Amino acid sequence: MSEAVALIRLSGITKTYGSGQAAFQALKGIDLAIDAGDFVAIMGPSGSGKSTAMNILGCLDTPSSGSYEFEGVKVEQLSRNERALLRRNYLGFVFQGFNLLSRTTALENVELPLIYRGEPAAARHAAARAALRQVGLEGWEHHTPAELSGGQQQRVAIARAIVTRPAVLLADEPTGNLDTHTGEEIMELISALNRDQGITVLMVTHEPDMAAHAKRVIRFVDGRVDSDRRNGEAD
Amino acid sequence: MLWNTLLLALRSIRRNLMRSFLTILGIVIGVAAVITMVTLGNGATQSVSDQISSMGSNLLIVMPGQRFGPGAEAGAPFKSADIEVIRNQITSARLVAPIVSKSATAVYQANNWSTVVTGTSNDYFEAGNWEIAAGRTFTEAEEKSGKAVCVVGETVRDKLFGRQNPVGSEIRIKQFACEVIGLLKAKGQSSMGSDQDDSVVMPLRTVQRRLSGSQDINRLTISVKEGASIDAAKEQLTRLLRERRNIAENEDDDFRVMDTRQIAETLTSTTKILTMLLGAVAAVSLLVGGIGIMNIMLVSVTERTREIGIRLAIGALEREVLLQFLIEAVVLSSLGGLIGITIATAASIFLAGLMNVPYLFDPSINLLSFFFAAAIGVIFGYFPAQRAAGLNPIDALRHE
Repeated sequence: MSEAVALIRLSGITKTYGSGQAAFQALKGIDLAIDAGDFVAIMGPSGSGKSTAMNILGCLDTPSSGSYEFEGVKVEQLSRNERALLRRNYLGFVFQGFNLLSRTTALENVELPLIYRGEPAAARHAAARAALRQVGLEGWEHHTPAELSGGQQQRVAIARAIVTRPAVLLADEPTGNLDTHTGEEIMELISALNRDQGITVLMVTHEPDMAAHAKRVIRFVDGRVDSDRRNGEAD
Repeated sequence: MLWNTLLLALRSIRRNLMRSFLTILGIVIGVAAVITMVTLGNGATQSVSDQISSMGSNLLIVMPGQRFGPGAEAGAPFKSADIEVIRNQITSARLVAPIVSKSATAVYQANNWSTVVTGTSNDYFEAGNWEIAAGRTFTEAEEKSGKAVCVVGETVRDKLFGRQNPVGSEIRIKQFACEVIGLLKAKGQSSMGSDQDDSVVMPLRTVQRRLSGSQDINRLTISVKEGASIDAAKEQLTRLLRERRNIAENEDDDFRVMDTRQIAETLTSTTKILTMLLGAVAAVSLLVGGIGIMNIMLVSVTERTREIGIRLAIGALEREVLLQFLIEAVVLSSLGGLIGITIATAASIFLAGLMNVPYLFDPSINLLSFFFAAAIGVIFGYFPAQRAAGLNPIDALRHE
């Protein structure tokens, strides 16, 4: 895929919290292009703006200035509802804190995005079961988050994110709440999704071990892109 | 979209059973309290007016004295001569019953019962809509001579004779013996709350001679002819009595003439005020229920805000989220309202039976409290959600 039709293109993105003296500029002008099928790890110390960038990429937050093109569409010109539809149809999210609906079974959690898509019940159940099978949770469909381990909860979250077959999977510290071994398993799963299904993965992490799974590592420092390299390249 | 959102709302209710239950409970209690109170109040009002009509319609009740309570000037009691004059001069009067009442203890064998002895004439039974269940009323000779005969009410029969037929037995009242010649058919509680069946009725002269010891008459009950104007009769009677009692032009009456319609109005207005009062108290409980709902909703707002954040993040539209919350609130409130109405109906029927008042279904109070409860549920269920759904998804997700 050529650079000209990059899936995601950020130019001059800034984000400022607060105003006046108390204003804090989390992003100070980010330019970035991400191709379809890539696996990008965003790293950086805390406060470097990597999560803020992730939220803007995921249309969960809006930039203060700059331009964000998703498949050639200028996101900042979209309405709230249009951004919601973009999330619904193209994006899948995995959060550090899992963000599953409590007291709701794994199956129902995974079904949720399909309900908003208006899929009929039978197709919904089948797709949700398939997604849970894919993340290795066959047989756990009727367990609620409280009855699942952290790793299992994150698997449910991944199943929920991929059940709609999104173009992009955004993962914000997906292994942050997990032990090393479980984290490794989750990373294997995410890598497989990228490798086997061609899902573009954007992942925020501060653990180099996890970033090692990515094809491309972007390092944020102080609200700017500090370095951007492909794994395997020399530093 | 509506169908899917309904599904989401129902799932949400199901998985938050405790919260749903508490929300419903607040509404149930409020609705049930308001409806029960008002329904019972209406029943009491109805029973008062029923009892007044059981007293007989077209009745005038004449009592000496003008006002009740302190400062009341006691007017002179009536005499037998008054009765005759009223009979002769008030053409629209059909029946004129003099009444003398005394409390006394009635004794039969080992049983005794403190009751009210009423001295009157046969007109009393007809004017007061009394029916004879057994035996007979007074003969003319008995009335004239003041013979010791009596007609007893159901309560007196029950206390002294049990289920036995009292007719022909002798009861003792104070120091004299009295033959029971009749039994009155039961009427139940009076509008004042006293037991109308707790009475022993004797000829006027008997009571005057043996119990009160004077020629005084405490009260007159006058039945006005069918079709005749009550107001005209009242006015005529007032003029006549003023004349007989030598009341000067500028002086107030020293007696009172009331008609049953007037009594009915006074009493039903009292019970209506009571109904409103009870309703107001119950409305407070509805309000408290509403505040309970508000609390539950506000307490759960953190969890719900995060939930809204999750829904928005995975692509729910703001209006879909709001519709879901609206449906949830409507379903819970309506369910609470319906359960409240059901409980209120059961409680009203049960309590009405206990209180001896009729059960009257009042659609307006049912609808009113139902919609009020629904409004509370919707307002407190919906508006916190509206605020959350307006946030950026990330802010909703990070809500603490």
